[in-house]
Amino acid sequence: MEEKRILLAHGSGGRMSRELIERYLVRQFENPMLSLLNDQAVFPAPAQRLAFTTDSYVIDPIFFPGGDIGRLAVCGTVNDLAMSGAVPLYLSCSLIIEEGFLFSDLERILCSMKEACEEAKVQVVTGDTKVVNRGGLDKIFINTSGVGALADDNLMICGHRAQVGDKILVSGFLGDHEIAVLSQRKNLEFITDIRSDSAPLNLVVEPIIQQGLGQYLHAMRDPTRGGLATVLNEIASQSGVGLVIEEALIPIRDEVKGACEIMGFDPLYLANEGKLVAFVEAKKAPEVLSVIRGTKYGQDAQIIGEVVAEPKGVVYLRTSIGGTRILDMLATEQLPRIC
Amino acid sequence: MKYLDEYRDPAMAHDLIERIKDLSASINRKTRFMEVCGSHTVAIYKAGIKSLFPNLDLISGPGCPVCVTSSRDIDQIIRLAELPGIIVATFGDMIRVPGTTSSLQEEISRGAKVSVVYSPLDALGIARENQAKKVVFLAVGFETTAPTIAATILQAEREGVRNFSILSYHKLIPPAMKALLAEDEVRIDGFLCPGHVSAIIGSTPYEFIPKEYHLPAVIAGFEPLDILQALFMLLMQIKGNRPAVEIQYSRVVRPEGNPGAMKKLWQVFQPADATWRGLGVIPESGLVLRQEFAHYDASRQFDLSVEERADPPGCQCGQVLKGLQRPTDCPLFGRVCNPQQPVGPCMVSAEGSCAAAYKYGRS
Repeated sequence: MEEKRILLAHGSGGRMSRELIERYLVRQFENPMLSLLNDQAVFPAPAQRLAFTTDSYVIDPIFFPGGDIGRLAVCGTVNDLAMSGAVPLYLSCSLIIEEGFLFSDLERILCSMKEACEEAKVQVVTGDTKVVNRGGLDKIFINTSGVGALADDNLMICGHRAQVGDKILVSGFLGDHEIAVLSQRKNLEFITDIRSDSAPLNLVVEPIIQQGLGQYLHAMRDPTRGGLATVLNEIASQSGVGLVIEEALIPIRDEVKGACEIMGFDPLYLANEGKLVAFVEAKKAPEVLSVIRGTKYGQDAQIIGEVVAEPKGVVYLRTSIGGTRILDMLATEQLPRIC
Repeated sequence: MKYLDEYRDPAMAHDLIERIKDLSASINRKTRFMEVCGSHTVAIYKAGIKSLFPNLDLISGPGCPVCVTSSRDIDQIIRLAELPGIIVATFGDMIRVPGTTSSLQEEISRGAKVSVVYSPLDALGIARENQAKKVVFLAVGFETTAPTIAATILQAEREGVRNFSILSYHKLIPPAMKALLAEDEVRIDGFLCPGHVSAIIGSTPYEFIPKEYHLPAVIAGFEPLDILQALFMLLMQIKGNRPAVEIQYSRVVRPEGNPGAMKKLWQVFQPADATWRGLGVIPESGLVLRQEFAHYDASRQFDLSVEERADPPGCQCGQVLKGLQRPTDCPLFGRVCNPQQPVGPCMVSAEGSCAAAYKYGRS
């Protein structure tokens, strides 16, 4: 039997749209605010200070080992909120779907979003669905926006606040996500056990704050596109400080190193979807490290370097054989090499 | 990691580094070694090896196949991509290389069909799947890639695939080294010879270096310890005044190379004069398809005539490729020429000396 597919009419705003929203979205994301089917969600302000962010997800392929576009769309936005120390609460979910997309795939994505929401303890409270002509986009794009609450007034986590002497922490193995996704790309299929690290990082950050260590977090960011190297350069330049990183301390799996060797990629530029980089006051860094290591998604956390005064805006890497070199931002997409 | 971490061992590296420092101090002058392989260029920068030895001048030669492709050849590729019914199949590095007026990347945005492949066999697959189109593979590379392309041609011949062809811009490394040494202004004290190329051609083609020029040559691997050991071997040869071709990368390279691969290569290709960016025409330094495979030669099938245009003004890629200038000496470096907006090809490929200097070496 032919599988049921999304038709243009499902985005028309009429009866079929309604059916799509009620049968699929409202049923999956079941919560009182969404079930009202208003054009907006109304809720009382959960704190004096709020965090607000948005992100769009256009990944190819949409399903990959360790996740899919749905899990990414929830975790990515949750993580952007969590990097301020906010407790993520509410998400919006906007789906733009290509005509002919399989309902079964949509259901799989929504189901994965629901699971990620439950894990991150957030709710999808408002949303939108559009359908575009076949070829108008590649399968499905998802946009999510998120609101989080900053309950603790001591939290001042900001890319400009890295200070000389701060220790630099990463929450685990780097590069897993991009290698998992690349392994599924057409023309590049290779067999690997690596799975995307896609995960809600509020589960890593909240325990730090609950232990009263939030005030020692100066800057925090999740190294997604552009990887660790890009995030380090951003913080160095925003805070006007230099960074020194010890190559030997950076956690990278052997399988990821191996895949990078074959393809000519540098793991420090690979995207992650469930890792954070934190700049922590030196005297509290060991304590913060041990709290992170006690969380589900932070077991392999490491201190990888520290903040220095000069030269400003530059990241130095001390290589495993004792040389030094600059660790620059990613200039353009990494291209597979010729030989 | 097995077979990787062993070659990055900090304690062994430390020991070698000290020995190289002592040896280089005892030679009592600054020594200048050239590597002619882009993977060496990147490996040296990446491991921070340049920062360790102030007495060693490590310079990059014409070791990146993308970088030595002339802008006229790139213009021909652009011309090809503009033709209707063509799919250009290429390794990823090529798409951003600027010709005199455009790049493949720009042509893609105008609707050209360009597929990035990881192997020439993938390009043959695209030809099988697109019978109504003509698929042209850009055969850019050194002796390392040429045998796999020869094997692809032989496969196409066996299967009778007729909508597949190649543009051969292949280059051969030893003739370029010879041309460099023949230039009076080029001053080199020894060569770090390429590991992958040598795995195919062996060590014999480099014998002219010690015999005719009395210079040391060491075929090196790509891990930090490989490179350190090769530098040590080069210095030992200078110290002992006994230049020779030595193989450091003996776990991969045999003196005779890979005769099976060479046989395939010469079955399909024959040597021809080739234009190297920055170096000009070097006799017998390129590869063209033999007469019996001429029907796979895209340059015979399509009109790829282009106007002669000069290289971009100010670009010093030619001088950089000869080791006469450092990337940072170029007036365009980092100002108008950077990896986002490359002017010359040395800034495009990740293995180009300017791109590597930009990425790892600025201070």
